[in-house]
Amino acid sequence: MAVLVVAEHDNASLKDATNKVVTAAKALSSDVDVLVAGEGAGAAASAAAGLAGVRKVLHAEGTAFAQGIAESMQGLIVPLMANYDAVLFAATATGKNAAPRIAAALDVSPISDIQEVVDEKTFVRPIYAGNALETVESSDAKKVITVRTTAFAAAGVGGSGAVESIGAGTPAAQVVFKGAEIVKSDRPELAGAKRVVSGGRAMGSADEFHHVIEPLADKLGAAVGASRAAVDAGYAPNDYQVGQTGKVVAPELYVAVGISGAIQHLAGMKDSKVIVAINKDGDAPIFAIADYGLVADYKTAVPELMGELSKVGL
Amino acid sequence: MKVLVPVKRVIDYNVKVRVKPDQTGVDLANVKMSMNPFCEIAVEEAVRLKEKGVVTEIVAVSIGPQQAQETIRTALAMGADRGLLIQTDEDLEPLAVAKLLKAVVGEESPDLVLMGKQAIDGDNNATGQMLAALLGWPQATFASKIEIAGSKASVTREIDGGLQTLEVALPAVVTADLRLNEPRYASLPNIMKAKKKTIDIKAPSDYGVDSAPRLKVLKVTEPPKRAGGIKVESAEQLVGKLKEAGVI
Repeated sequence: MAVLVVAEHDNASLKDATNKVVTAAKALSSDVDVLVAGEGAGAAASAAAGLAGVRKVLHAEGTAFAQGIAESMQGLIVPLMANYDAVLFAATATGKNAAPRIAAALDVSPISDIQEVVDEKTFVRPIYAGNALETVESSDAKKVITVRTTAFAAAGVGGSGAVESIGAGTPAAQVVFKGAEIVKSDRPELAGAKRVVSGGRAMGSADEFHHVIEPLADKLGAAVGASRAAVDAGYAPNDYQVGQTGKVVAPELYVAVGISGAIQHLAGMKDSKVIVAINKDGDAPIFAIADYGLVADYKTAVPELMGELSKVGL
Repeated sequence: MKVLVPVKRVIDYNVKVRVKPDQTGVDLANVKMSMNPFCEIAVEEAVRLKEKGVVTEIVAVSIGPQQAQETIRTALAMGADRGLLIQTDEDLEPLAVAKLLKAVVGEESPDLVLMGKQAIDGDNNATGQMLAALLGWPQATFASKIEIAGSKASVTREIDGGLQTLEVALPAVVTADLRLNEPRYASLPNIMKAKKKTIDIKAPSDYGVDSAPRLKVLKVTEPPKRAGGIKVESAEQLVGKLKEAGVI
């Protein structure tokens, strides 16, 4: 069987999510091709060709693909599926937007957010916000899959796949891209960060969030996250949200500050390697899953922690 | 203009989910069920568009068991005008749901389908996109802001790293994200009024749609439990432990 991976990129460069999806694809087949559809995405295509185990890269270059619009991706990918038995996307906003549309066009039941490949038609995926895992067997001839990237290791480099140029596509007539506001930050991207510091409702204000959580994150070289309660209260922007309805992260170190540990939040971070919780309520549910719990008011604990981190050279 | 709002009856989001010991699924017996939170947001947005005078009629449709009538009643109490239940005890996949909704769209001819981005049971996040594809309509998923002007909708979407604004030609499918609005509680007079509104009841077979499952659930299991760790006494001890663990 042959598998197509739809690359996640920002036109300028390939995103690490692609490397993870390639690993999932290799569990299905040794014939893995990567589709890079974008505008000015030549470097991303070359990077994809350099991933270990990639047979070749299909590079579709055109304005129609600059924003990953689902309708344009459908027009591109559906005909390509004549040559593939499965197509895999990262379970990101872009992947989740496009994959089901393509599945419906192929009359296929999509398999969302897989975290394990059992065999070429059997997959494990979380349901009920990760409170249960479902093992499903697909009877569709072609599989359309999105991949939970935190569950797979990144494919290495060292491949030497060829890059093949394919059509420029046609912009979808009924959809016009009007603009985007991407938050500019020097911090690592939340979804792929090795360390994450998250703040909760206990922060009490956006100012406090800014003055407590962000310096600690910067000291650790970490991405900033937040609980849904903190986001709903307006202390942090929506794309900081870690949890069932936000981002799912699995960093090496996750520091939860003033977060009680609602089920929705735990669903988004419980696969982190080491979890630290700082909360003044010793009975908070977050302590049940934290490797290291510090029962203290964050107002004193975070400055102390900053001081101790400085002592060890951070 | 007319809006169709699909709504789903799911386990209440505050209920702790328990996997059945025989691994056939999740225990839903004697558990509180509610309208899926994202569907509630979609209903609220439709009602606000009606209050602004943009929308003239809201039809709430649910596909599910007989009790899904309660979910439709909730939508009617929030401000939807009438309801449609496609009654089935089968747990249909998004593909089958999208096919049924396509048939409903064929009968109702709405200008907009406004629905939640995902249901919190299956967590598929697929039905809206699939319906759009089957209809050949544009889609705007994960909406945090919707503005209707003439025959177009300008939709701000929650994407990774920020926001994106798309203008889609109507008719279209728009799916609601968390921050689109905060749903209202239905008032008692509106709950009473909702009892007089009509709910039509149909069966999947009325629509001649192939709803056979494509995915076979082999088992449903509990995720591995994470063992709790230790409490530390001070920030100093914490940093020591993190160094030992090799994460700083």
